[in-house]
Amino acid sequence: MYAWIWRRLPGGWKLKTAVAAALVLVVVLVLWYGVFPWLEPKMRFDHGVVDSPAPAPGSGGG
Amino acid sequence: MRVLIRGLGELCITAGLVLLLFVTYGLWGTGRYTRAQQDELGEDLQRSWSSKVTREKVELGRGMALIRIPRFGKKYRFVVVEGVTQKHLRKGPGHYPGSAMPGEVGNFVVSGHRTTYSAPFNRVGELRKGDEILIDTRERQFVYRVTGRKVVEPTAVEVTAPVPMRPKAKPDEPLITLTTCHPKYSAAERLIVFGELAETVPRAGSAVR
Repeated sequence: MYAWIWRRLPGGWKLKTAVAAALVLVVVLVLWYGVFPWLEPKMRFDHGVVDSPAPAPGSGGG
Repeated sequence: MRVLIRGLGELCITAGLVLLLFVTYGLWGTGRYTRAQQDELGEDLQRSWSSKVTREKVELGRGMALIRIPRFGKKYRFVVVEGVTQKHLRKGPGHYPGSAMPGEVGNFVVSGHRTTYSAPFNRVGELRKGDEILIDTRERQFVYRVTGRKVVEPTAVEVTAPVPMRPKAKPDEPLITLTTCHPKYSAAERLIVFGELAETVPRAGSAVR
């Protein structure tokens, strides 16, 4: 998969490395600021509020 | 076939790296957000305390008191937010709306994250009987002392009752209850720390004597 992407990057090895680094950065930023903030509240591995069995909508966290 | 296996291997390694990044986000990245919010809330609270308004309204999502716990070191200080939804607890420890205000007869109940979002209650498991929990408000500092702790089910709302564990009883003393998740990195149970008011003193730096 990565070899296939590498072959399709333009230019010599310098340009390829630069474009690859930029791609990695973009992916990391999308994960960090887009996917993770959305995913983290759904994971609920740090939930400290005591709730009645049917929690009110929007309650949670902790 | 070889291409397929190589692709699968690359996918697994990528998934591992993404997971590592996610753990970093959970344990460290979320804390950056909380610290920025805490700075803002702290300034907001100081500003409100130094203004002359004597009747203040507690609003959801705004700072309402400061919590300090000497056992966790001199630097341990968090602004307590009003509210316990996810949104509120990301900013810092949250006061259950409807539970008593600091120093009031009844139960002052505060919930906080234990491992993410700056983990304000990371070390509450270390609290021992007699340890101080200091709650600063506009004019007074309330010194609570820990009386005990308990691990309960996530649905044990009776710990937040005005008299903890006795939902119907009428309160006659000011109490404090801290709730957080238990064990660490899990939401299977809740760790609850109970305390009672030991002393009320004027807040250092308070304009009112």
